Amino acid sequence: MMKNMMTLIAGIIFGIGLILSGMTNPSKVIGFLDITGNWDPSLAFVMVGAILVGFFGFRKAEKTNTTLFNEPIHLPGKSHVNKELIIGSFLFGAGWALAGFCPGPAIVALGAGYKEALIFVVAMLLGMLIHDNLYEKLRK
Amino acid sequence: MENFTPIQSLIGGLLIGLSASILIISSGKIAGISGIVAGLMQFKNTPKEHYLWRVLFIAGLLISSTLYALFTPLPVSEISASYSTLVIAGLLVGFGTRMGSGCTSGHGICGLSRLSLRSLLATMSFIFSGFVVTYVLIHVI
Repeated sequence: MMKNMMTLIAGIIFGIGLILSGMTNPSKVIGFLDITGNWDPSLAFVMVGAILVGFFGFRKAEKTNTTLFNEPIHLPGKSHVNKELIIGSFLFGAGWALAGFCPGPAIVALGAGYKEALIFVVAMLLGMLIHDNLYEKLRK
Repeated sequence: MENFTPIQSLIGGLLIGLSASILIISSGKIAGISGIVAGLMQFKNTPKEHYLWRVLFIAGLLISSTLYALFTPLPVSEISASYSTLVIAGLLVGFGTRMGSGCTSGHGICGLSRLSLRSLLATMSFIFSGFVVTYVLIHVI
């Protein structure tokens, strides 16, 4: 119960952080990506702030390897690099720049009632399904 | 630089880092939104615990704007992309984040907080790609 409550609160804090930081405003995201134009570097500070706190949170998690509720933590590896990682991230970056939305902020904007965010999120779910159910199977 | 908001963005970032820390320490899960969402669409022989934390975290994201608006006016999301561009962008983001195993949150925040080389390369790739596509859209076409 306590654990579930903390998960819900974590989601709310994450969303509020995204709103406050400017990440839920696509024109601000595009202003950050437009380095040769009227560049707005604000969003670099989001990453700085998040990592400043996250560094200690993850360091504690990796040290103890168990949660507050004594469950084991399984973290993904850090060094495995393949071409899917790079190509996939390139495709993601292209979509991010086209709309100015990445997954988290799009879901927050959907919650705020933006029809555009609904269209984006439905297409994103479809893209995920295509990857996980079609592409992954064709590759095998 | 007239839209420069370093303080708000830094505070927003601190909250995002706090959220990711709460989730890893309480549930042992990584606050990577693309992975959380995609996990909701795995339907085969999946135990209930697989879904519960994902549903709760996404529910938190969905209600965050309403809670925010209780205290202070919600900033506007200025969206200039056409509907067809939003569809193409969404498809690219969905497919790309699955292929690359993460997005801005999973790689850019959680992965970099863990000093992961894999996440550093992924983050450099999507930011570089974002720079190039934005340059082409604004300054070439």
